[in-house]
Amino acid sequence: MNPVQPPDLEQLRARHPDIFARPAAARLATPLVAACAFGIFVFGLVDLDFSPARLLSGLRQLGWITLMMIPPDPGSSLPLYLKALGETLSIALLGTTLAALMALPISLFAAKNVVRSNVVRFPVRRFLDSIRGVDTLIWALVWINVVGLGPFAGVLAIAVSDFGAFGKLFSEAIEAADRRQVEGVRASGGSALHEIRFGLMPQVLPVIAGQVLYFIESNTRSATIIGIVGAGGIGLQLAEQIRVLEWQKVSFLVLMILIAVAAIDWISGKLRFAIIGRRAVA
Amino acid sequence: MTTAVSILPSQQLAALNLAYRKAAARRRLRFTIALVLFFAALVVAAVGAEVNLRTFFTHFSNFVSYFGRILSLDNGAWVWTDPAEWFWGWHKWLRLLGETILISYVGTLIGAILAFVLNFFAAENTSPAPWLRFAMRRLLEFARTVPGIVFALIFVIAFGLGPMAGVLAVAIHSTGALGKLFSEIVENADMRPVEGVRSTGAGWIACMRFAVLPQVIAGYASYTLLRFEINVREASVMGFVGAGGIGQELVVAIRKFYYSDVSAILVTIIVTVFIIDIATGWLRGRLLGKESRP
Repeated sequence: MNPVQPPDLEQLRARHPDIFARPAAARLATPLVAACAFGIFVFGLVDLDFSPARLLSGLRQLGWITLMMIPPDPGSSLPLYLKALGETLSIALLGTTLAALMALPISLFAAKNVVRSNVVRFPVRRFLDSIRGVDTLIWALVWINVVGLGPFAGVLAIAVSDFGAFGKLFSEAIEAADRRQVEGVRASGGSALHEIRFGLMPQVLPVIAGQVLYFIESNTRSATIIGIVGAGGIGLQLAEQIRVLEWQKVSFLVLMILIAVAAIDWISGKLRFAIIGRRAVA
Repeated sequence: MTTAVSILPSQQLAALNLAYRKAAARRRLRFTIALVLFFAALVVAAVGAEVNLRTFFTHFSNFVSYFGRILSLDNGAWVWTDPAEWFWGWHKWLRLLGETILISYVGTLIGAILAFVLNFFAAENTSPAPWLRFAMRRLLEFARTVPGIVFALIFVIAFGLGPMAGVLAVAIHSTGALGKLFSEIVENADMRPVEGVRSTGAGWIACMRFAVLPQVIAGYASYTLLRFEINVREASVMGFVGAGGIGQELVVAIRKFYYSDVSAILVTIIVTVFIIDIATGWLRGRLLGKESRP
């Protein structure tokens, strides 16, 4: 066995000066950023009135609430809750489908490889961004003003707010499509519409279907909360029971939501794999 | 130029054609059945959600005119003709917006720290015991499936009205979401450094610190920034249930029909969200380099 050679430190030092003597700025950067982040954090705690006494009494209260939640019990309103859950699922399904149907044509105008001119694309993209910037709950409040309280307002709220998200996602999917199929259609004398229908859509539709399914799943979650502002579904029941402090019913409703979301997760996962194959699922 | 196209004998061709037609017909049948089922589900959903096209069409003009109303001042002029009048409450709104950003900052940080502590227990390759991993995963799942605003509603009752409830709700939701993402990064990490560290006789904590952490820390930071961005949006509606931030002002303006205020607050929220999107996008790009961004 060879004896271990002591390392030639001088030569190593000459070869990697950065490792042996890092400049002060580089050494200080990380602690400085950390200190700043921590400073803002402490400022935030003070500014948002986090007093230990308040935290402690709140936690005690929370402990009581948790104890009162056990066991989950729907009382006599189980049929009502099941109906509300059905309403939530309906809102998610219809809202997402409507959003996808509206977003498909618009997303063509936002895709670089379909519409070449910046003049059209830029306003369309900013329009989609602004719709996305407004939360679903706010859209729900706006639609309640228009069609009144109830699940229909929820459907419209989800449809509008997802329209913004889908427009962006679809246009990205279209931009990722292969150009050669489109050129093939053009070479055979197809019009612009033929190019989209036979060159682009067959590539893009499976990707889009996967995204729509994923959104139905995540919208089941969103649909549970828009009821809190009065747009129907199980969130309405949940908010009411929380306000009247019926904790056993609250925990039952939360349990129902968890089970429903898990079930939808499972189904849509299966469907997505069936449509686009296991690997392509992002 | 001429090319020879070989034509199969008609018998062979007929057999191939038949097989092709059969396969095509089977696909078409499956597609039609799926489509019919989907439409049936839509119809059932439409009944369930009390869709009423008549109300929709009679009131749709309300939706259009709503935008007209929120975009005009009390004296009937368009809002942009008099920005000073439109943003009359900017002082208060900016303060509340600052509170909203602070809520999401503090909430995201608490959530990220908790997720950081918990994710090593939830990841398949670093968890010390299977039962612990199972329990941790269910816990994280619970934290992210229950919507943040439901937590906010409950916390408002426990901790009283104000931003504290909002911060805690944001923190819990972030813990659930980030814990899952973090543990996925850890599962993709290279395990050979861990073996190297373990071979020197190090314990579990040292393994995590010196072998796993250097590989995953950039991904953690990137996801945390992304979460911060999402949480700003979420914190902007926390005020709907009394958990602080600008949402409180917005819900009051919408409910009391202070039309031009609605648009002014919405514009400030949207601009803020844009700025934060751009800023965190830039930071993430610097942190990870363009190609490795998630």
